[in-house]
Amino acid sequence: MTNPNRGTPLVEMRDISISFGGIKAVDHVTVDLYPGEVVGLLGHNGAGKSTLIKCLSGAYQPDTGDIYINGERVEINNPRDARSQNIETIYQTLALADNLDAASNLFLGREIVNSFGFVDETKMEAETRKIMARLNPNFRKFNVPVSALSGGQRQSVAIARAVYFNAKILIMDEPTAALGPHETQMVSELIQELKAQGLGIFLIEHDIHNVMKLCDRASVMKNGQLVGTVNVNEVTDEDILGMIILGKKPAKAA
Amino acid sequence: MTDTTHQPQAPGKEDGLIGRFLRATELDPRLIGMVGALFLIWIGFHAYGALFLGDGSFLTPRNLWNLSVQTASIGIMATGMVLVIITRNIDLSVGSILGVTGMYMGLLQVEWLPQLLGLGHPAIWVITVIFGLLLGALIGAIQGGMIAYLSIPSFIVTLGGLLIWRGVAFLAADGRTISPVDPTFALIGGGPYGAIGATGSWIVCALGCAGVIWLVMNGRKNRRLHGFALRPAWAEWFMGLLGCGFIIGATLVVNAYPWPKGILQQYYQSLGQEVPEDAFIAHGFAYPVLILAVVGILMTILMTRTRFGRYVFAIGGNPEAAALSGINTRAMTVKIFTLMGGLAGLAGVIASARLNSATNALGDLDELYVIAAAVVGGTSLAGGVGTIYGAIIGALVLVSLQTGMVLIGFGDGSYRKIVIGAALVIAVWLDIVYRKRIK
Repeated sequence: MTNPNRGTPLVEMRDISISFGGIKAVDHVTVDLYPGEVVGLLGHNGAGKSTLIKCLSGAYQPDTGDIYINGERVEINNPRDARSQNIETIYQTLALADNLDAASNLFLGREIVNSFGFVDETKMEAETRKIMARLNPNFRKFNVPVSALSGGQRQSVAIARAVYFNAKILIMDEPTAALGPHETQMVSELIQELKAQGLGIFLIEHDIHNVMKLCDRASVMKNGQLVGTVNVNEVTDEDILGMIILGKKPAKAA
Repeated sequence: MTDTTHQPQAPGKEDGLIGRFLRATELDPRLIGMVGALFLIWIGFHAYGALFLGDGSFLTPRNLWNLSVQTASIGIMATGMVLVIITRNIDLSVGSILGVTGMYMGLLQVEWLPQLLGLGHPAIWVITVIFGLLLGALIGAIQGGMIAYLSIPSFIVTLGGLLIWRGVAFLAADGRTISPVDPTFALIGGGPYGAIGATGSWIVCALGCAGVIWLVMNGRKNRRLHGFALRPAWAEWFMGLLGCGFIIGATLVVNAYPWPKGILQQYYQSLGQEVPEDAFIAHGFAYPVLILAVVGILMTILMTRTRFGRYVFAIGGNPEAAALSGINTRAMTVKIFTLMGGLAGLAGVIASARLNSATNALGDLDELYVIAAAVVGGTSLAGGVGTIYGAIIGALVLVSLQTGMVLIGFGDGSYRKIVIGAALVIAVWLDIVYRKRIK
């Protein structure tokens, strides 16, 4: 595999396996990610992409394999560990508590507290207003539960949560699946901006055009196994589709 | 990400005077509904008494004072039940926990401690209360642990608890009634001596009003600090006056209820004096009511101002999201049930002190009243929604129905059960209607 990146990867997931009830959801998969890079994770539903990525975000613990951050082996046993490694995740389901407002969701698990240990609600709302002004200037609904927001607004709350805490590694699980064309464009621009800031992004994506447009490399999975990783600018979208559907690695990238 | 169809909320659109009033004061319409229902119940019972029995006895200082005391133990447990229900669990065992803690506290202070310390030792009531709280919390922790770590549904664990702890309470004293309790302990249950009197009540009143004013002013200061829109000045005044008015009104009522003649005679006899002609000694706020107020305030702070409260709501709204945010949802479940158990222990203190004895019937069916109080008070069984003040008002509604039925001559338990059962079903139905309409 030709890899334009040099030096130590930001993230390396080495030889990860995890099985549920005898079914190997992820089978000895190795992927890596460099700073300022977007790596697409592709494959059919059930190929193991989300499961693999949940090992990195702390939702699952792999049966075998190791995770290295900046070359150092780390233990990620729960979402808290992942967050302390500056790994932020935007889940496909968004993982928002629908009964809470935007600020409460943004700071969930990391509330701002004052010197008495009480949650500083006004400070949190003020910070939320600041970050939302940057991400989604039309956002006004700060004092209503997020269940009252549109799909795009909810998405922007989930993204704000990942961006606010200075993520170095961002995991995005189909961030544009529920969005209209205009909002999808906004997400693309944000990804470019974050990439320019030096973040590494794992992007789980089904839309092959988005992959060709946004990703530097693409890792394709099928039936829990890694088919291969390719540099996106060296292959055609047919090559990638062939990897996804047939599990066949294109000759020139091999 | 920019939602192109999204319009900024246009204030003043589509709402009239009432809408503007609600927006400005930020009062919950459900709260207004509950208080309205409560007043309707009170006026209804009073009017029925006045019209058909020739004596409206509901809206009297005496009845309202008794009502406040009777609400205490249900209200205290209901504040804990709010947390349990918000996190999509249920606790059917609180009545039995109250019973078993009451029984062991009875044995401790009547049969065990006097042998060790001597009868009437001043530490007896303190040790007993602490023991009761810890026993309740321990039972809650065991049940919470089984729910969280063994994944047994809370309905089953606490249904088992309902039977088990009632059985343990019976066996503890072989079905005997333990009585009388320590005299100091008995004061916690209320009664003429178990209240703080007129002067004390006015001091509590002043503190309460100062607290309300501080809340209003501090809220305004905070909003200004962060440049948020301020409430209109009239709305701030209204909220401040409403809060203070409620506290002053309650104080006037409890201070208008005098000691009965027998107690007056006893009291002046102990002073070695004759009872004066115009003797009037007011009860003032009863201890259990003050305990309920303190519990209510602390629980409100816990739920609205601490991370713990945030996590309770988050788990109720989306347990998976809460776990992905790094919240230890299992540990939270254990803590919530421990708190619930501790509050049931506290209610056990009040209930057994009020009865001046520990009986096998102590807390019987209380779990249903407590759950009903939380639900009537707006706690959603679907999880994620609920308030402490709502649960306390809910407890007041249920206890009002119960005592009102007695006052108008339908004291037979069957009528009471029918009315309270119907109230519970109607409250949940109204809640469903309300939620559909705001969606």
